[in-house]
Amino acid sequence: MNSRLYGNLIFELSKEGRKGYSLPRNNFGDYEIPASMQRAEEAQLPECDELTVVRHYTNLSNNNFGVDTGFYPLGSCTMKYNPKINEEIAALPQFQNLHPLQPKSTVTGVRALMILLEKSLCALTGLAHFTFKPYAGAHGELTGLMTIDNYHRSRGDMQRKKVIVPDSAHGTNPASAAVCGLEIIEVKSDAHGLVDLVDLERLVELEGPSIAAMMMTNPNTLGLFETRIPEIAKLIHDCGGLMYYDGANLNPMLGASRPGDMGFDVMHINLHKTFSTPHGGGGPGSGPVGVREGLQEFFPTVSPYHGNFGVMMRAYAYILSLGCDQIKMVGPLATLNANYIKESLKDVYELPIDTMCCHEFVFDGLKDKSTGVTTMDVAKRLLDYGYHAPTIYFPLLFHESLMIEPTENESKETLDGFIAVMRQIAEEAKTDPDLVKSAPHTTPIGRVDDVLAAKHPVVTYRQLKNEIMK
Amino acid sequence: MNYKYFPQTEEDLKAMMAKAGVEKLDDLYAQIPESIRFKGNYELPMSMCEQEVRQLFEKLGKENRQLTCFAGMGVYDHYTPSVIPSLLQRSEFLTSYTPYQAEISQGTLHYIFEYQSMMAELTGMDISNASMYDGTTACAEAMMMAVAAGKKVNKVLVTGCMNPLTFEVLETYALHQGIELEVLPIRDGTTCLDDVKARLAEGGVAGVILQQPNIYGIVEDFTGFADACHEQKALLIIDSVASDLAVLKTPGEWGADIAVGDGQSLGIPMLFGGPYVGYMCCTEKLIRKMPGRIVGMTKDSRDQRAFVLTLQAREQHIRRQKATSNICSNQSLMALFVTIYLSLMGKQGLKEAAKLSYAGAHYLCDELLKTGRFHLAFDKPFFNEFYVKYDGDADTLYQRFIEEGILGGIRLEEGFLFAVTEKRTKEEIDNLVKIAAL
Repeated sequence: MNSRLYGNLIFELSKEGRKGYSLPRNNFGDYEIPASMQRAEEAQLPECDELTVVRHYTNLSNNNFGVDTGFYPLGSCTMKYNPKINEEIAALPQFQNLHPLQPKSTVTGVRALMILLEKSLCALTGLAHFTFKPYAGAHGELTGLMTIDNYHRSRGDMQRKKVIVPDSAHGTNPASAAVCGLEIIEVKSDAHGLVDLVDLERLVELEGPSIAAMMMTNPNTLGLFETRIPEIAKLIHDCGGLMYYDGANLNPMLGASRPGDMGFDVMHINLHKTFSTPHGGGGPGSGPVGVREGLQEFFPTVSPYHGNFGVMMRAYAYILSLGCDQIKMVGPLATLNANYIKESLKDVYELPIDTMCCHEFVFDGLKDKSTGVTTMDVAKRLLDYGYHAPTIYFPLLFHESLMIEPTENESKETLDGFIAVMRQIAEEAKTDPDLVKSAPHTTPIGRVDDVLAAKHPVVTYRQLKNEIMK
Repeated sequence: MNYKYFPQTEEDLKAMMAKAGVEKLDDLYAQIPESIRFKGNYELPMSMCEQEVRQLFEKLGKENRQLTCFAGMGVYDHYTPSVIPSLLQRSEFLTSYTPYQAEISQGTLHYIFEYQSMMAELTGMDISNASMYDGTTACAEAMMMAVAAGKKVNKVLVTGCMNPLTFEVLETYALHQGIELEVLPIRDGTTCLDDVKARLAEGGVAGVILQQPNIYGIVEDFTGFADACHEQKALLIIDSVASDLAVLKTPGEWGADIAVGDGQSLGIPMLFGGPYVGYMCCTEKLIRKMPGRIVGMTKDSRDQRAFVLTLQAREQHIRRQKATSNICSNQSLMALFVTIYLSLMGKQGLKEAAKLSYAGAHYLCDELLKTGRFHLAFDKPFFNEFYVKYDGDADTLYQRFIEEGILGGIRLEEGFLFAVTEKRTKEEIDNLVKIAAL
């Protein structure tokens, strides 16, 4: 794309008197909106013809990178392929025009679909009931914690306000707990990257009667399976707490182990991760919450209708496509892909915990730290070679975290190509470190000035115009 | 193996397993205790081919009734221009994630900047975030934002004329946050300034939440509300239907500190409740208290204009439990939807569509009143939605509408809440009136 020709904002393409719409004629006669109701200042929206709009957004899309563009090993985000059939299904007109408040008798098809999807999720997780109200993963976490809080409140157990999370947890875990009015206690990781059982026992001893829940991902954010999960669950249950499963890392467990069998009571699923619905540049997602029998009466009302129904349709189409025979292959294949990359690169990148991983693993930057090339530099250099960067600087356990998740959909050739480039970058770091430190070189824009953006926020076109006036 | 989403051949698997140091796939899970290994078969049907999946959904689709929609109460049947679904399927937008790597995400960052600009224009506010899940959760986030911005105050006043579905979500968040919600009395279908003043004077109020148009479709006069709030250091939050703001007095003009609502009315299909998109706009002063992603302008290393996620120090991945909210992703693709809609409709089209909806609703209301069996519950101005009482058995009439293929509004209290958009034709309205007059 030529950014000189097409790099404008839509506002900069606007010309008074142009229109990109067509509306029905007014057959209702003269109904004037009273002036007292009306806004004084017009909304300064753009005025463009249809082709200008289409070309503008088509060109914008060319400045983006998606799973369909290339390999997207963004750790913890499960950037798997988003099947095209699912898009067609979600667009079926028999679903598009349904009002969420229309009577049950007129929506038997959607109700059947929701029941079938709930049953499928129960089968896959070993839990008994799901609510589809949560709109996203973080919203699911909040819903799950509210469910737990409601449960303790119902028993008059009002002092249970603490949630144990591992120090490797996703940032949303502590934030969701805070929004739920709960307090976080962190449990340390041991030398193997797993929950430190001694530390956990200490916390349970100390805080037992105030523990509402323990919140975990399994495998954890290092991609490691918490092997002592049955003991952890017993510890928490014995002190009266519940076990919460953050479903962010559910993908490698398909065909391997179910959260319900591991001892979890409440969980959320990111349908946009494990069940292949598109990430859409950051939403819409869907974060259904599942519970053990008896806890469903504590589900809170976190949204008015039935959640992101369009996302649910896509997820169910994916589950049906794979069926019981193929879905159990998802976990093993994702796990094999991750281990293959890990083993192929661990001689040049620092692998702090050298053991079998699940769907993802974390390097602590380059093995040779003498070059001064950081994880940020490696990530930016990957963009030059046509790959999306892995998740960087998370988890916080290491200084130079580089978190790689390939998913089950990537071929050996794709992985080999990525491995070769990662090795090439490690080599460049030694021979020409400045080349890596100044990357990317081939992208539409170079590295951006984050500090400028934050120091002096310009977040609307109106502010931008005022800036120019100054 | 040999499944369309799994590319590895037997030969690939063999080579990869050798590298990973295992003999069979099962060995990859050697660390999982035997007691919790899942060895059975999931209770699911066998895999289906594409044709079978499509047939199943088409069959389920046929079990839903397609009705001519006169229902609203927060969700409106506006027309979706063809351009939008087509552009939304551009897979560079659809299959990307949060624009962490700005150099290869300018497409997303660029349209979010446009989205923020348009929503700020529409609401008459200084700034907007990159979107929220929906209108109800945006309202709940605004409630929490008001409490967080206040100094040790935790009471929030809510109009009694609020959509009960929104209120239920507010109640959920308030319960766990320890926020005290106080509902204002309904005076002749509206919120009364004196009630607000009296409660503000009692002290401890962090914010006041109003809704425009309110649950009865009434366009309220909020003159004086902002001053009353600000005198007592409370924030004013106004929850509005996005499309109506093309013509209605804006939250900015009323003096609101935070404007929230749902963007569904900007052409997003009803799709049985979602995905939609929530919006949140506020004054410049509150920018660092705002939840969610924000995109800002900056420069790159080549001195070009560029866009980037900014003010991230507010967010959960940095602040963890001290973040302004737990929201991580927003509804980015739906923000793109709204951005394209507003680009197409522009300054004039949005107003024209709003005027058509206004005219259609007033025509329907007039015709219903002419039957002599309906009367307006309140003598107040409305926009494209109104509440009429019915002198017969409303449930029976509602059922008759359904039998005739009409979603005859929402059954509310003693009558109906009818909504009309630019999609409803005169013939459809006349047909509804004919049935209602029987």
